[in-house]
Amino acid sequence: MTGTGTGIGRRGLLAATGGLALTGLLAACGSNTGRGGGGSGPGISQWYHQYGEPGVERAVRRYADSYKKAQVTVQWRPGDYDRQTAAALLTDSGPDVFEVNGPTLDQIRGGQIVDLTAEVEPVKDDFNQAVLAPKIWQDRIWGIPQTIDTQLLYYRKSLLKDAGLEPPRTLDALVDAARKLTTKKTKGLFLGNDGGAGVLGGTPLFAAGLSLVTEDGKAGFDDPAAARTLGKIRRLYADKSLLLGAPTDWSDPAAFLQELTAMQWSGLWALPQIQQTFGDDFGVLPFPADGPHGAPAVPVGAYASAVSARSARKAEAKAFASWLWMERTDLQQDFALSYGFHIPARTSLAKKAARLRTGAAADAVRYATDHGHAEPLRWTTASRTAYQDALSHIIKDGASPESELRTVVRKVDAELARVRKR
Amino acid sequence: MTAQAAEAPPDGPGARGAAERERRTPGTRFLGPQRRSLWFWIFVGPFALGLALFTYVPLAWSVYLSFFDAHNTVTPTDFVGLGNYTSMLTDGAFLSSLGTFALFTLFIVPATYALSLALAVMVNRLRFAQAFFRSVFFLPTACSYVVAALIWKLSLFNGVRFGLANTVLGWFGADQTAWLSTTDPPWYWLVIVTVRLWLQAGFYMILFLAGLQRISPQLYEAAAVDGARPGWQTFRHITFPQLRATSVAVVLLLVINAFQAFDEFYNLLSDARGYPPYARPPLVYLYYTALGREQNLGLGSAGAVILALIIAVATVAQARWLGLGRKED
Repeated sequence: MTGTGTGIGRRGLLAATGGLALTGLLAACGSNTGRGGGGSGPGISQWYHQYGEPGVERAVRRYADSYKKAQVTVQWRPGDYDRQTAAALLTDSGPDVFEVNGPTLDQIRGGQIVDLTAEVEPVKDDFNQAVLAPKIWQDRIWGIPQTIDTQLLYYRKSLLKDAGLEPPRTLDALVDAARKLTTKKTKGLFLGNDGGAGVLGGTPLFAAGLSLVTEDGKAGFDDPAAARTLGKIRRLYADKSLLLGAPTDWSDPAAFLQELTAMQWSGLWALPQIQQTFGDDFGVLPFPADGPHGAPAVPVGAYASAVSARSARKAEAKAFASWLWMERTDLQQDFALSYGFHIPARTSLAKKAARLRTGAAADAVRYATDHGHAEPLRWTTASRTAYQDALSHIIKDGASPESELRTVVRKVDAELARVRKR
Repeated sequence: MTAQAAEAPPDGPGARGAAERERRTPGTRFLGPQRRSLWFWIFVGPFALGLALFTYVPLAWSVYLSFFDAHNTVTPTDFVGLGNYTSMLTDGAFLSSLGTFALFTLFIVPATYALSLALAVMVNRLRFAQAFFRSVFFLPTACSYVVAALIWKLSLFNGVRFGLANTVLGWFGADQTAWLSTTDPPWYWLVIVTVRLWLQAGFYMILFLAGLQRISPQLYEAAAVDGARPGWQTFRHITFPQLRATSVAVVLLLVINAFQAFDEFYNLLSDARGYPPYARPPLVYLYYTALGREQNLGLGSAGAVILALIIAVATVAQARWLGLGRKED
């Protein structure tokens, strides 16, 4: 009897321990909802993607701490941020306020994002209109632009001078310059390791005087000029003027700094690093114009602050987003200019910024203002993927631009029809 | 079951009393003797629950989603019937991803098979340091696909002059090649295939070694007596047929592994702006469609169902053809 008793006791103990461990595991799975406990006032969670520049994380935590009406917990999310937010927005445990490279049209149409029109309306005109436009759908504003990012063509003045070249003002001149600058050790131009299909996007089309989506909702590049321009990008690849397979991609100035390339297409954020290395021996250009109706072009875009529709504290979250990204212009200026190198989304702040008034930085701001094109909201991911695939076929495989573009136009028109209905 | 419990020899008055009590309590029939069923469920339950919750429910949900226009939602309302299936099956990019995948399988399966068999035969014939070479060839298996892909991409096969492959080519005066960016000729296949060969050949070599060591030495002696020449003739008529069971297992595992191609492709070729339109296996394509910024969960699910059906058919066909589970003659 005693033997049986202890046997069951041991089993019972085992079962109990197992049960406990399981409960612990389940609890651990469910605990990290991102909402910090304690503190006064209702808690709000705010998400940021991981900025490369040192100090940004400390700064955004400081902003959140100085907000008195609610306890704001900042989550700094390394890794694939777009995918993380997309998944989190499907659940209740996502962020309340979050920055987003968008919001995308399907996020808005899917009711995942809260309307912020009332908050933005009072200072709507102070925002850079090019980057605000893609945040608007059916006359409602769905995100507050934080800072403007743009991309530029960086070139080494000395290398161009040695080759007897002027800074290229037309696409033909760029093709020509890239070929002449290519040597055994240094390539002429770096457009990213994929040959430019990813980073250039619609920029060559803008430079040819075309658009991605027309005002009346059609594909904006159903035009022989588009094929002609994209064919010239193919020329760059076929001439072997492009740097490919560099250890870092276009977003990092390392290839330019290591003199693997004489010219590189990169972000405005790379400017301080390039300035530090080359001093005055570099310049910036927009993507050069092509064709009779062409004009120089640079892409502009802004991460926006948005409020999740699944948030349990929508009113508080809206109030916080509006406090940080509308009221506190001092914090917005600090965020844009103290760490990395971005243009404030508010025109009034951009004008005040001393760092943006001299040298290459001033050129960059001018290009962004005069020649900036943002991807329209109706340019959905499916359209972008189709276009990017076609661009890659044109550049790398030498596929006929006309027939590739015909396929894309069909796909894009179908996408535009999809988002038009309902 | 109850009868068996009753017939069990009584260990003593206490045990018999306990057995009778147990038989009388309601639910004994479900619990079984010594509560075996209870313990069965305690041990199997959590696993079965996890399997149901994390595999079968999502699977069924995915099939459900595939009939809806599910942009950015997992609880869609817009029923589209077979619309997602037709657009997936007419999508050139998806079809070409299936082609990529077929090409990859056609190459990687025979290549790994031949390489690992050759390694196994060589290592098996070693008279000394066999354990050392076995370990050396097996070691890459312990490396993760992601780490290996990054090493291949950033140091062995990067496109600049100081990459290992380009340095070697440079000695012979050749120009630098952008291995992963060149589509004509498709050098990227060299990178993708070598990384996988390096990673998995050692593992299959171990399987073949085990198979080789099971072959009875008498067979070789008998063959020698009958006048079979050592080398190819012996290999062709003794070793290879004797490895049949191992070969079937290896081929099956290789094909399944090829179906799962994702890690090295994704880490070698993706960048912040997406994935190039070549060397894009279906899993990568669906990953971008359903889980990328596009968040078209309906279309992605339809693609996943199509892919699952193809894999199921291929596996059944393969099992038939190879005679999986058939008794050895």
